[in-house]
Amino acid sequence: MPAIPAAQWDAAINLAEKKGVPAGIWMQCPECAETLFRKAVEANLWVCPRCQHHLRVSAKQRVEQLLDPGSFEPFDEHLAPVDRLQFVDNKPYPQRIAESQRKTGNNDGILSGFGFIKGRRVSLAVMDFSFLGGSMGSVVGERITRAIERGTAHDLPVITVACSGGARMQESGFSLMQMAKTSAALARLDEAKGLFISVLADPTTGGVTASFAMLGDVILAEPRALIGFAGPRVIQQTIRQELPEGFQTSEFLLERGFVDRIVHRRDLRSEISRVIDYAGR
Amino acid sequence: MARAGFSPLYQLDFEAPINEIEEQIEALEATPDAANFADELTKLRETRDSFLRKIYGGLTPWQTVRIARHPLRPHTADYVSLICRDFCELHGDRTFGDDAAIKTGFARIGPMKVMLIGHHKGKTVQEKIAANFGCAQPEGYRKALLKMRLAEKLKLPIVTLVDTPGAYPGIGSEQRGQAQAIAMNLMEMSRLRTPIVSVVIGEGGSGGALGIAVSDRVGMLEHAWYSVISPEGCAAILFKEANERTNTIAAQSLALTAKRNLENGLVDDVIAEPLGGAHRDHRKTAESVQNWIVDRLQELVRVNAEVLINQRFDKFRKMGAYEEVAASV
Repeated sequence: MPAIPAAQWDAAINLAEKKGVPAGIWMQCPECAETLFRKAVEANLWVCPRCQHHLRVSAKQRVEQLLDPGSFEPFDEHLAPVDRLQFVDNKPYPQRIAESQRKTGNNDGILSGFGFIKGRRVSLAVMDFSFLGGSMGSVVGERITRAIERGTAHDLPVITVACSGGARMQESGFSLMQMAKTSAALARLDEAKGLFISVLADPTTGGVTASFAMLGDVILAEPRALIGFAGPRVIQQTIRQELPEGFQTSEFLLERGFVDRIVHRRDLRSEISRVIDYAGR
Repeated sequence: MARAGFSPLYQLDFEAPINEIEEQIEALEATPDAANFADELTKLRETRDSFLRKIYGGLTPWQTVRIARHPLRPHTADYVSLICRDFCELHGDRTFGDDAAIKTGFARIGPMKVMLIGHHKGKTVQEKIAANFGCAQPEGYRKALLKMRLAEKLKLPIVTLVDTPGAYPGIGSEQRGQAQAIAMNLMEMSRLRTPIVSVVIGEGGSGGALGIAVSDRVGMLEHAWYSVISPEGCAAILFKEANERTNTIAAQSLALTAKRNLENGLVDDVIAEPLGGAHRDHRKTAESVQNWIVDRLQELVRVNAEVLINQRFDKFRKMGAYEEVAASV
């Protein structure tokens, strides 16, 4: 389960930037190419008002969109990645970390904390694709695990928003084991009859899909998100044939029975609240 | 030293000096008056062993990966015939099918009755194709979980043998939820109330390996590899090309050897292989593997189930490398 299995690492980052939100007053929808007023797209939660394409948002934007204003109480922000394996790369891992830290203002590709969604208190963890492709290394795995454990301890619903190319290659085996760690923490939440809502955003692939993201009691996905285990290019190289139209999209997973609901971004808050209310919390 | 016989199609270049000596030994042994050359044979064998010690003492991680993939290396099927008595294979996931890439069944190993779960690579071309070269599909992981739950009910310990390049990337496996199947195994294995021991016998390819290895004890054979991605996959991402040079760098970076995984606290034991690797002596390798399994299980079966799953949880809970800094950047 390679991190960004389909693409070359840098290509994936470039794609992320292309798909991300460009600066300036005007912007172009990466999907329908419509020229849009940036403020209007922002007000629309970074969804194209014309074609409803869901642009990628940062963890910070996601938290602002999901939580009641001013209710976010972040935790575990002091955890930072280290280059324990002295990973050899054309750009050293510590340099990649430092660049992403400067770019995002966070120690790693995740925000987590307590907060309220329409007045309901939750333990929330949100991944950030702009930090090394949202990859899950030790810090991301640890912070997701702690968010699950805090939800378990305080009897709060746990919400995660996945947006990741998979396990982080630069931490190799340490990253791999975050899959086991987060999944084991969810087993304990389950034993305690706690509720876990997993939200899948574009993209959710590799070791993130194959661990906590697919273990939601309720799994919600944003429309047209890429969700899968192996990346499309890896599959294409393996089977040497064209992939079917719409393969590995949210809609494909819904049809196959692997997500509960596809939810437009503007409805995420109300849909999450609705599910929480059914859990009687 | 028993030889398994070497495939002419899979010569390890770094073993070239050894192969030469082996050929000489074979030629000499084949002569009708071989008895007259006893001294020469002894000498040749000593030379070969000293070469083996030298080469196998200084393997690069990439060379280790190539040994782990040696087609004559003992696979799950070999361990079944060498260490399991009365293997009673159980088929099927009761939902979709029976994946040949993971074998499951009751077995007796030493004094223990166990549920055996192992990746299956296959020996013949037909077997290899049927087993997707050891790359399991969702039904393989679901079959494994179903049989592990049966073991829990029957109070049988679970033994898993890990040997996969990775879970299969294909249209069908995505349609049937490859990611969900692996995720479910990770969660459920963490709370199975019966001892679980795993041996990485060859390749420990990422989530496809971990999907049957959330275990109380994980042992790794000396020349096995275990990592988040294959060296080739890593090299292709980092250097745009997987070749001898980039694979060597990637394998080093990934810390995928048994020794490095032990140092990083990701596996519990390294199981020594015979001189020159497991492919040179199946029987001796199987004996070491069996001893390790039986020893670990005899410790674990004495542990109360509640304590057992807490210890298993704590072991994986601690895994990771990070630091605490004063504040956010």
